[in-house]
Amino acid sequence: MELLTDFLENNGLIVAFAIVGILMLIAGGISKALTRGRLQGSAIAIIVGLILAYVGGAVTGGDSGIADITMFSGMSLMGGSMLLDFTIIATAYGVDLREIKKSGLPGGLALILGVILSFVVGALIAIMFGYRDAESVATIGAGAVTYIVGPVTGTAVGATSEVIAMSVAAGLVKSVVVMIGTPFVANIIGLNNPKSAMVYGGFMGTTSGVAGGLAATDKRLVPYGAMTATFYTGLGCLLGPSLLYFATVAFLG
Amino acid sequence: MILYGTAALALSTLLGKFVGELLGVIVGVDANVGGVGFGMLFLILIVNWMRNKNLLPEPTEHGVLFWSGMYIPVVVAMASIQNVAGALDGGLMAFLAGFAALVLGLLMVPVISRIGGYSEPLPPVSEQELEEQEV
Repeated sequence: MELLTDFLENNGLIVAFAIVGILMLIAGGISKALTRGRLQGSAIAIIVGLILAYVGGAVTGGDSGIADITMFSGMSLMGGSMLLDFTIIATAYGVDLREIKKSGLPGGLALILGVILSFVVGALIAIMFGYRDAESVATIGAGAVTYIVGPVTGTAVGATSEVIAMSVAAGLVKSVVVMIGTPFVANIIGLNNPKSAMVYGGFMGTTSGVAGGLAATDKRLVPYGAMTATFYTGLGCLLGPSLLYFATVAFLG
Repeated sequence: MILYGTAALALSTLLGKFVGELLGVIVGVDANVGGVGFGMLFLILIVNWMRNKNLLPEPTEHGVLFWSGMYIPVVVAMASIQNVAGALDGGLMAFLAGFAALVLGLLMVPVISRIGGYSEPLPPVSEQELEEQEV
């Protein structure tokens, strides 16, 4: 048993290729058999991936999903930010720069509005749940921006570790629900062209959420959504502990 | 040679992410600002230049297309290493904060997308392309 575990761990990335391949084959089968292709195989594969992540976290108590189980540790290499960024950039091959220029204004506007609105909504919910100090309210608001902006803001303004953990959870919820939910609402919100994909990337922002959501909807939209989403966390880290925190202090008196 | 395409992609990625890191330092935030976006711009520029210089034969092109095709499997692996248990452990407030921010954002997408006029939907994916995407 130990021999096998070591063997799988030492060949981690290759094991990950094999596992994901089998997983996608099964997901493709489910897509055809149960939804007649209406729900794409990739959307089902992403949901199965999230279920595996839950199992990994529940079994080990770690925070890296299935990769916390030693023999599946290679999944963190395959799904980590190094290869994720590499493949997202590869999807830009053949992208029309004119489309990006044309959507620059709505994309940029979505980016700014996306950070501010997420923060305000998260902060209001923190107030609804009885938080009254600006540090906690701003940190939870920042968590609703992304799970990176939450702890960055919380650490900067001196929030308690309990509140920071909560802000990470809020950001994770957003990211996970974006991945699962996007293909279901894509038609309703008109997510079928480069411009709306750039606006969507600006509003959702979480890199993993946008990457997963667009992969499950239409892969051709990925580079456009990623183009705006890539600025979102940086903008959030810039505004969260400064402008948005000061606004929270002023608002709470 | 297939590696030329992959190397061009790697150079674009490294350049872009490095610019993103620098930008993060300049504005004073602990995050990569726009690295993936700059990487995509560099890739588009490098590929255009290679095409004009006739440096982009089919094998070289495959060195980029392979990684583009690997995007969805990588995303599936990414999904499997998310802290889903942590998200579920956050309790009602964390769930509501994340969920409400997301719903409001989705509702705003069609509103802001109207700026600059109507955009044509992408043409539907043909059966064959779908097969290639799935398999």
